[in-house]
Amino acid sequence: MTLFIKYNLDLVCKTLLKEKLDTFDVSFTIGNTGEIHIDKTLSEEKLNIISSTLKQYGIDIVTNPKATIVARIKYSIDEYLRNKDLRSVKFSAYLADKLHYSYPHLSTVFSENTYSSIENYIILKKVDVAKELMCNTDLTLTEIAFQLDYSSVAHLSGQFKKTTGLTPSAFQRIMKNKKQQLI
Amino acid sequence: MSDILLNIALADDDEDDRILFGEALEGLDIRTKLSLFNHGQELMDYLNLPNVILPSLVFLDLNMPIKNGQQCLLEIRSNPKLKDLCVAIYSTSSSEKDIEDTFSNGANIYVNKPNSFSKLREVVEKVLQLNWQYHNSNLNKETFLFRI
Repeated sequence: MTLFIKYNLDLVCKTLLKEKLDTFDVSFTIGNTGEIHIDKTLSEEKLNIISSTLKQYGIDIVTNPKATIVARIKYSIDEYLRNKDLRSVKFSAYLADKLHYSYPHLSTVFSENTYSSIENYIILKKVDVAKELMCNTDLTLTEIAFQLDYSSVAHLSGQFKKTTGLTPSAFQRIMKNKKQQLI
Repeated sequence: MSDILLNIALADDDEDDRILFGEALEGLDIRTKLSLFNHGQELMDYLNLPNVILPSLVFLDLNMPIKNGQQCLLEIRSNPKLKDLCVAIYSTSSSEKDIEDTFSNGANIYVNKPNSFSKLREVVEKVLQLNWQYHNSNLNKETFLFRI
């Protein structure tokens, strides 16, 4: 028997974090840009145990300050793209407000550390979300285009093709073949 | 820019292509270490060595003697130790069927061998950037498919 699943990555990650951190007897709150506030300072030993526990699940604790900013920018982009309500303000304003740095500063830090610009990363991520919606939901391309604020299906298809080199229909055919090969 | 050294492997039976590829990598901002293989079997023997440091990105030519790119790809994807490798196909074939077949068999990136050196540099840089993003961001690896 084969079961097909879909999932909310953000929820998976937060639930897992909560379950794991609860076992360490610390009080904490999980923030919205990939940060965890812990009420007291932990010993290095304890931090190492927490770090290696989380690592098993592909979660890394970021220590370099520049890398922390990049991680928080990426996290904000994820959230911005997944939540249509947030997109009533422009991304640059949303980001600056959320991280308390000016957008040009954030933009520079991002470019210096990722081989890419914030704008390019947003497009990459947007196409990634479109891919996910195509694979895991019954939404039509028109509905996906609407959900991601594209002005039309043609615009979505165009950006998809330009970014991935594949048309949405070729992509869907490939993913269907891949699924069949797993069965 | 990040100063981590990126390990890359290329299997291609054409010596000129191997040399050009190496030169293209040297001109980039990203620091890389390239391992070259003359055909698929050589690559697979290397990947299967005990204690080998796996490359973070493998480029495969499709038409090679002894073991071709498709066979390597299938072996990589069916081996639990190797199945998470990022595989880029590097081929002259632009037949839609070849492209869709390699993607269906688990390739992440399909690159058509460009016909000029400057184009080659551009393409290689783009592949490395994508690979870097997928290793360092919360992007869905199941749908990591790009044709360049």
